[in-house]
Amino acid sequence: MQPGSVYAIKEGKDRTEVHTLSVLVDNEPGVLARVIGLFSGRGYNIESLTVSETEHERHRSRITVVTTGSPQVIEQIKAQLERMVPVHRVIDLTVTGKAIERELLLIKVRGSGDHRSEALRLADAFRARVIDATTESFVFELTGKTDKLDQFIVLMQPLGLVEVSRTGIAAIARGPDAT
Amino acid sequence: MTRQMTGAEMVVQALIDQGVEYLFGYPGGAVLPIYDEIFQQDKVQHILVRQEGGAGHAAEGYARSTGNVGVALVTSGPGATNMVTPLTDALMDSIPMVCITGQVATHLIGSDAFQEADTVGITRPCTKHNWLVKDVNDLARVLHEAFYVARSGRPGPVVVDIPKDVQFATGTYQGPAHVEHKTYRPQINGDERSIRAAVELIAKAKKPIFYTGGGVINSGPEASRLLRELVHATGFPITSTLMGLGAYPASDKQWLGMLGMHGTFEANNAMHDCDVMIAVGARFDDRITGRLDAFSPGSKKIQIDIDPSSINKNVRVDLGIVGDVGHVLADMLRIWKEGRHAADAPALKRWWSEIDRWRARKSLSYRQTSETIMPQYAIESLYKKTRGHDTYITTEVGQHQMWAAQYFGFEEPNRWMTSGGLGTMGYGLPAAIGVQTAHRDALVIDIAGDASILMNIQELSTAIQHELPVKVFILNNQYMGMVRQWQQLLHGNRLSHSYTDALPDFVKLAEAYGAVGLRVEKASDLEGGIDEMIAVKRPVLFDVRVANLANCFPMIPSGKAHNEMLLPEDATDEAIATAIDEEGKALV
Repeated sequence: MQPGSVYAIKEGKDRTEVHTLSVLVDNEPGVLARVIGLFSGRGYNIESLTVSETEHERHRSRITVVTTGSPQVIEQIKAQLERMVPVHRVIDLTVTGKAIERELLLIKVRGSGDHRSEALRLADAFRARVIDATTESFVFELTGKTDKLDQFIVLMQPLGLVEVSRTGIAAIARGPDAT
Repeated sequence: MTRQMTGAEMVVQALIDQGVEYLFGYPGGAVLPIYDEIFQQDKVQHILVRQEGGAGHAAEGYARSTGNVGVALVTSGPGATNMVTPLTDALMDSIPMVCITGQVATHLIGSDAFQEADTVGITRPCTKHNWLVKDVNDLARVLHEAFYVARSGRPGPVVVDIPKDVQFATGTYQGPAHVEHKTYRPQINGDERSIRAAVELIAKAKKPIFYTGGGVINSGPEASRLLRELVHATGFPITSTLMGLGAYPASDKQWLGMLGMHGTFEANNAMHDCDVMIAVGARFDDRITGRLDAFSPGSKKIQIDIDPSSINKNVRVDLGIVGDVGHVLADMLRIWKEGRHAADAPALKRWWSEIDRWRARKSLSYRQTSETIMPQYAIESLYKKTRGHDTYITTEVGQHQMWAAQYFGFEEPNRWMTSGGLGTMGYGLPAAIGVQTAHRDALVIDIAGDASILMNIQELSTAIQHELPVKVFILNNQYMGMVRQWQQLLHGNRLSHSYTDALPDFVKLAEAYGAVGLRVEKASDLEGGIDEMIAVKRPVLFDVRVANLANCFPMIPSGKAHNEMLLPEDATDEAIATAIDEEGKALV
């Protein structure tokens, strides 16, 4: 195989990586649709998506996207995002090093007797907070990494899980500097 | 300059301030205030088309032939949805275009009002950027920004959607002061170190090739001049994509002809066997590469492109240089000269003798023996007869387009307007109208097929109204030739709906519109017919009856590599029927 040959691409094709991208955008109408449309239109994956205005005065929002793909696809996603007119910057938090990722979960559990007290005990062990309670139900709030949230949901299943709402991942780089 | 004026006035003022001379459009309810302003001035001339898509393609033709931004104005709803094809076409081929669309009044948006469509939603994936302007005080800024975004960086189409109440409202107009966009800043200059590395690679190359594309044309005439200088300085062979034709003169001995699916044998084999490939403003499209995992396996690849996402998209390159082609080529030439670099002459001599062997196969040969006009002969005759004229060529899409690319020689950039990326049938006639609008005294010819021309034939009426003497050179074989060719290649010669058995009489059709109709059926009459077409100073529909079953060769069958071409002399019925394997059948 020659260096620079496309055969090299084929070999790497199956290797899928998960990347967390932080996309700083101008908070103009339709900007989210633009970013999502890029992913759906070009067949890229979105594992998780979180959006909110982060700098009100400067009209900026941060979109955190968790995506999967081969290294070549990830590069392409970043290049495609970067060339969009309202995009300020794209930061690949997976490449730039240690980033902190957190997600918020709201979960409703309904039950009585042992189930109810077991749910409360587990919530305590996971450091979830009770934010609503009736005589037959709880709503817990839990923040953490995705796998911790997943695990908590699994544990609540036999104890009367009613419904779940999650925010998707918010992420930020460690250290003193802005990314 | 700031002044109070209505939104509609702002539109016209912004066009004037942006130096727009011509506007292609079609009126309707949601743009009437703008049309009222157009009526009351004479700085911007409006060309009335017959369907909004025509306005879009005309703006593309105008833009491609002048290097300026093309401008279209259409109404809301159907006006805007008819623009989707030209917008997508312009996006694929990087054509700068500003499209202004009317929208229903702000308070009606979302109510399914008459002629309402979510224009920014619909055009989001087919524009470089778009805006819905809800406040008249944003309008001037957005319009100037729209022109900036359309023409800078990798050019492309933009849409400005203006609700009718905003057109009536009064606000503050600001002129096009130098705008530093807050987020959009394309990289113009290439990285010096990468350029130096590229020059080193080029100097060491033993079997090099320049592979150039539409980016050279988009970068402006200076880029074409620099390309010629660099190619001459190195002595390397050069080939180009469909979109790049004209950047390098076809008459030059270093020119190998177009590459890709219907490229020449020498261009494709040189691409396959080269050791250094210099891609300049070209994006490794699938029509170019053929089978990806067998694409030029032994080469170091250098790619110059203004769009970072074009680099490493389809083909992994060794050296990507982000920047404007003109700027990067200027730097390359400077470094080449400063370092007193020279190509490896003995190696290059061997390489050229290899190329000459491929050339000797004469992959573009055909036989013009009887009175039946071969389509290739028709294009060659047209080329011969139009030399010395100030000629611009547009095309539709299909076999005739490929024959035009193969047999018409282009010496200068901006002379060749074709729908490359999207492959839009119906592009050629309105594009020719746009070209003729910009170049009133030039000879503008749309090389067409009998099927494509019917997709936007109504624009002949536009040509008549505005006295634009465009010539339509129809290679009439009564088939959708390229569809038929693929049915022969892939589907056992079952010609499903690719034959047109109710074609209009093109001569009478021309006359009905007020144009001139001509027809030739015999090879011996062809040149006389072309002379007559050129002599007529009015729009002409020229019905050239060509061999019905001619196919377009040479060809890289889909799923095959550059060195697996099907040459005309090998293209027997048997070879055609088995040229594409199961895997290739799924490709287009």
